[in-house]
Amino acid sequence: MPSVIAIIVLGGTGLVCGAALAFAAKVFEVKEDPRIQAILDLLPGANCGACGVPGCAEYAKAVAQQKLPIDLCKRGGAETLAKLSIYLGVKAEAKERRVAIVLCQGDNTKASRRGVYNGIADCAAAHAMGGDKGCRYGCLGLGSCARVCPVNAIEITPNRLAVVHPEICIGCGLCAQTCPRALIKLVPESRRIHVLCRSKDRGPVVKKLCSVGCIGCTLCAKTLGNQGIRMEGPLAVVDYSVQIENDEVITKCPQHSIANRPGRRLA
Amino acid sequence: MKVQAVRAPFAARGGVHPPYGKDATASLPVETLPLPKRLVVSLAQHLGAPSKPTVKKGDKVLKGEVIAEAGGFVSSSVHAPTSGTVKTVDEMMTATGRPATCVEIEADGADASVDFSPLLNWNELPSKALVNRIAGAGIIGMGGAGFPTHVKLSPPPGKTIDTLIINGAECEPRLTADHRLMVEQPGRILAGARIIKRILGVKCVWIAIEDNKPEAIASMEKIAGEAGSEDNVRIVALPTLYPQGAEKQLICSITGREVPSGGLPMDVGALVENVGTAAAIADAILEGKPLIERIVTVTGDGVRSSKNFLARVGTPLHDLVAAAGGLVNDAAKIISGGPMMGIALEGLEAGLNKTTSGLVILRSNDVCYFSSMPCIACGRCVEACPMGLMPCTISERVEAEDYVGAEGFDVLDCIECGCCAYECPAHRPLVQHMRLGKAQAMARRKREATKSA
Repeated sequence: MPSVIAIIVLGGTGLVCGAALAFAAKVFEVKEDPRIQAILDLLPGANCGACGVPGCAEYAKAVAQQKLPIDLCKRGGAETLAKLSIYLGVKAEAKERRVAIVLCQGDNTKASRRGVYNGIADCAAAHAMGGDKGCRYGCLGLGSCARVCPVNAIEITPNRLAVVHPEICIGCGLCAQTCPRALIKLVPESRRIHVLCRSKDRGPVVKKLCSVGCIGCTLCAKTLGNQGIRMEGPLAVVDYSVQIENDEVITKCPQHSIANRPGRRLA
Repeated sequence: MKVQAVRAPFAARGGVHPPYGKDATASLPVETLPLPKRLVVSLAQHLGAPSKPTVKKGDKVLKGEVIAEAGGFVSSSVHAPTSGTVKTVDEMMTATGRPATCVEIEADGADASVDFSPLLNWNELPSKALVNRIAGAGIIGMGGAGFPTHVKLSPPPGKTIDTLIINGAECEPRLTADHRLMVEQPGRILAGARIIKRILGVKCVWIAIEDNKPEAIASMEKIAGEAGSEDNVRIVALPTLYPQGAEKQLICSITGREVPSGGLPMDVGALVENVGTAAAIADAILEGKPLIERIVTVTGDGVRSSKNFLARVGTPLHDLVAAAGGLVNDAAKIISGGPMMGIALEGLEAGLNKTTSGLVILRSNDVCYFSSMPCIACGRCVEACPMGLMPCTISERVEAEDYVGAEGFDVLDCIECGCCAYECPAHRPLVQHMRLGKAQAMARRKREATKSA
């Protein structure tokens, strides 16, 4: 007899609660835009944050609500843009993929260090102290950029220099924001020729500190007729809006500061 | 009249007892360094805006001539330390470890000077005239921070200063520059103290000296006794403790007043001037001489014979080291300033600053390299912190890049004395964390100020 009562009481409670839940689910139903899930499925799911919002789900929501344009996903690039464009019926032109590049090649074998740094292993902290590198503009090689990279595209070489692997880079730009010396630049992937130096020191000073630093001899700018490379004081700066076709600048540079570094993904 | 030193009535918080190592130079008289052939005078020796150069390459300058004028109110002028020709005006490495615009002067050896005009009737002149003279003489705090003295001596209306403390504590280990000044030239210090007293209209002057310098205490007692009672100078012997000579700790030990968080000594009616600054003020008023030389201790096992020198501002540091017998073979680390708060330098090319009270050179055996380990929450840094902060917590916040959190734990009150890092058994670079946290907090405040403006 007691078991029958128990079954009735518990079963009855279950039925009442079930009915209440079913009723609540109907009345308080949250209607989610089905497109959000569909857009999320089209996104690459890297959650890198390069679009400006935290994670792909937030971006999918923002796109569905038309708060953000559809061309912000850098990880997905043209492919994702095409898919989104078809799904949403919005026309958008694919921008060229941009990749990060470290504009310094002064590792320990090429650039001098002022002393032994034994402090916090963080570039911002070392930069605030003046840094242990002889060159005030060069890469400190403590890896702050590598730590923020969501896809591990940045390698710190054994000689303490940050190098971006363009085939992995998604162009999110987090490293460029992190570098306290603003050495990392986002450039269109089709650009091959770079001046790998950001030192604004004058030639004799650069020569003393680094064997591959730009000394501001202006040979490259002259070779190109000021098209593609211009001088900013004692520093040659590449104008990334135009393509440099003349490979002569690489061999002309007496300091070997100019290099051919294609940014395209390897096929 | 006999003046007897009194014990400090209050105790400062925290602090550490590092090995003082002052015996090497404490009894050595100050030697005047021969005039160097070339001087490198930094234009950013003080806190605040860098000075603007008024000379150019090829100009002839005389000793005491202005070579750079103040770049703002919180700034200071710089004078030629000797006569000669300006070789370059360019960015160079300075004794603060950071590059700044420097004026390089090739000395002609004549040491011809401009005419100094003393203000012998200073007792009758208005305070403003005396402060202007001090500003014109390029006097900055010579204890190390280099805060322009004329700014300190012009308190904003509404702030009254009733206590003047002349700081001869010299709590930094190994340095004996202030000690020698007190022993050898107590008269200059007292004269400077009188002038500051006159400017601020304060009644009472304390001369604060740590009790590990009985010679200096005796010397100051003697001169104060000779001067008579109208000066109302009191000598106070402080317990030997690092950082007893830090401004806020000194005020607390003598008056029992605590400078509020984010405040200045004038908020509690106190003003602290280093003994060297007081002597420089006396020179500026009584002789009309600008600040162009200072006493500097060159010490440590890395030099052959430790010495105290009277050297011109801008003297290349390698000249000082050479005069101290040169470096030993395994000299490994050069510290500008004392071992607790000094900055490691990359070389000896820089010129002596007005604020460089010492040069400590260590041998490779005495330098250790360590890696930072996780905080074990032992609390030794909290006990040691003279400002009552929690360095362990702040450093973890900074490590996590939570600078707002660090600011919440009052990182901006840190005086960077280094007690926490000295005590830390996990070898955490706590002072660097604090500096980073302070820099980030200041940058954030600046950003917000520009945003709201």
